[in-house]
Amino acid sequence: MNRHFRILLVFIFLIAATLAVIVLNVNTGNVNIPVSSIFKIIVTHAGDPDEVNIIWRIRLPRILMAALLGGALSLSGFLLQTFFRNPIAGPFVLGISSGAKMVVAVMMIVVIGRVGHVSSWFMIIAAFAGSMVATGFIILVSRSVKNMSALLVAGIMIGNICSALTELLITFAEDSDIVNLHNWSQGSFSGMSWSSVRIAFLIVGVTTVLVFLLSKPIGAFQLGEAYAQSMGLNVRRFRVILITLSSVLSACVTAFAGPISFVGIAVPFLMKSALNTAKPLVVVPATFMGGALFCMVCDLIARMALAPSELNISTVTAIFGAPIVIYMLIRRQKARTA
Amino acid sequence: MTTMMTAGDPAAAMTGYISLRDLTVGYHGRPLISHISLDIRRGEIVSLIGPNGAGKSTILKSLTRQLPIIGGDIRIDGRSIRQFSYREFSTKVAVVLTEKLAPEMMTCRDVVAMGRYPYTGRLGLLTAEDKAIVEEAMASVRVGEIADNDFSAISDGQRQRVLLARAVCQDPEIIILDEPTSYLDIRHKLELLTLLSRMAREKGITVIMSLHEIDFAMKVSDRIISVGEDRSIMTGEPETIVTDSKVRKLYGITQGSFNSLFGSAEMPRPDGDGRSILVLSNNGRGIPVYRRLQKEGRAFTAAVVSRSDLDYAVARELATRLITAEPCEPIGEECLRRVREAVGEASVVIDAGLQIGSTNSGMKEVLDEARRQGKLRSEDTAAL
Repeated sequence: MNRHFRILLVFIFLIAATLAVIVLNVNTGNVNIPVSSIFKIIVTHAGDPDEVNIIWRIRLPRILMAALLGGALSLSGFLLQTFFRNPIAGPFVLGISSGAKMVVAVMMIVVIGRVGHVSSWFMIIAAFAGSMVATGFIILVSRSVKNMSALLVAGIMIGNICSALTELLITFAEDSDIVNLHNWSQGSFSGMSWSSVRIAFLIVGVTTVLVFLLSKPIGAFQLGEAYAQSMGLNVRRFRVILITLSSVLSACVTAFAGPISFVGIAVPFLMKSALNTAKPLVVVPATFMGGALFCMVCDLIARMALAPSELNISTVTAIFGAPIVIYMLIRRQKARTA
Repeated sequence: MTTMMTAGDPAAAMTGYISLRDLTVGYHGRPLISHISLDIRRGEIVSLIGPNGAGKSTILKSLTRQLPIIGGDIRIDGRSIRQFSYREFSTKVAVVLTEKLAPEMMTCRDVVAMGRYPYTGRLGLLTAEDKAIVEEAMASVRVGEIADNDFSAISDGQRQRVLLARAVCQDPEIIILDEPTSYLDIRHKLELLTLLSRMAREKGITVIMSLHEIDFAMKVSDRIISVGEDRSIMTGEPETIVTDSKVRKLYGITQGSFNSLFGSAEMPRPDGDGRSILVLSNNGRGIPVYRRLQKEGRAFTAAVVSRSDLDYAVARELATRLITAEPCEPIGEECLRRVREAVGEASVVIDAGLQIGSTNSGMKEVLDEARRQGKLRSEDTAAL
């Protein structure tokens, strides 16, 4: 019972904090909007036209996007950690985000140069392709390298190669594209449109539900592939599903907001520690909500810390996320030697 | 060919519950061991023995479908294991593996409950009945008191029992264990094997496992599969497979010996002609002295151990020379003459607590003779 109570408490906290951060986020900015009018504007669309505009055109889509993509990123990290049986696996450290970034950059430069614009769907597909290529490479490496740190080093190398190639492309690109590319490749939730939110909601929503429905086999997989198979799981098929869902999630994030660091590692760890269990049935929803919360807070800081200029979202997530990851490694080492 | 038979074939019903038919196993389609045939009855315990790297795990992995069968077939109830769906197979066979798994933040109960996997619904939620089965399984292997402990923070012995409870929860007909006694101390080895025997006898669960300890394999198994370094396979009852010479050959033992009767191993016999030290003993009292002499590297002669005496089993392996007497008969003149001769040759005669009665009364004179020559040491004071 104690355990159930703890889980309940975590979810209550996540919901309450999410609501509070949404209000805080909508409220703060270059124009401060009083909390009383926020509710009125959101519910009725009526009020000061400037405030309505700011809330509906700028702040609301941005915050929803931060929530959706933050959740997606954390969940993607959780899936990769399950897949590689490695707590510091994540789309960013394994170079998967950079792979997505590179392919998207190529598409943007090539396609924008010819057609003039790219659709969100196209970006997502490009990012997905990039994610899959990088992931495929990591899986190949992981076949011959069983060592956890060697795998991460390989991931970091892939990430660096992809980033270097991206920079190379940017150097050769037309000026106007560079501005676009540069902003995006640094990672940001700014300038989100409602159509993007809708697409992200669709993809992230469906994928998250699918992941949640896979809670049971993910739990079996945590015991190791041999045990999972002996309990009736088609491990080969499951591995493919796991990696595909993870790539869809991280591709969606990269396509809309660029690569964002550390969220994918820090949030699942925080949630597992808070819940004191690794049971996917509770960890999956908590990770999604925790990721959403984490990114909304980080986005608020990115907007406000040096207002009116904005920080990259990765700058903020790294400042908060990296220490958590380091703490996690130290604690793990201690647990092992104890 | 037996492999031509199909499920439902009346001939299949004649054979064992599990039958290996001219089975070939190996990795990546390359045969490692061929021609394994064995019929196993329900509720039997089958052990795989043999040196490291011979292929015990390969056979087990083929049985659990972790490796595809290369040739021949494995049938359960007359049906090839290739025909089972993943789920169906998981309700027949559960495993306990050697790989050290360290799932994070899982309690022992969580691990055990995972065994209900084939029976739970879409989200894997446990019903009241499932929970009762989990508790019962934990109680049956006595891990109830550590149910809420973190799985990665328990001892090796506890871990094996928790994993066994997990397998039990899967409600299988067959449990396959890969070296379940590795890492365990003698007490936990005994406990685990006792549990397995009980499961086999009481619940009719068929147990197939690989074991390093031949002595245990011999004592708990109904059938043994021995896998040699040269990939040779022998299957059968323990008495026919675990004989001194077969074990010696199986493991390529050139140093020391293995006594299949006691399931004990002895270190190699010391070098030398053994004439300078003579040990007189009976009723098992010579054994500690033989072993001490072996440790000190001194060859010795063991005298007048009746072939039915406990001492004989060890003296046979450790003594360089052996003067024996026929069981149940008084010691003959010829035998006594040889002992006296040995006393004459020896520089030390150790009396390891020789008991003298009606069948060996002649030994009293031998002891007196040794004492007269100043060679006699009693077991405790023998300053070698």
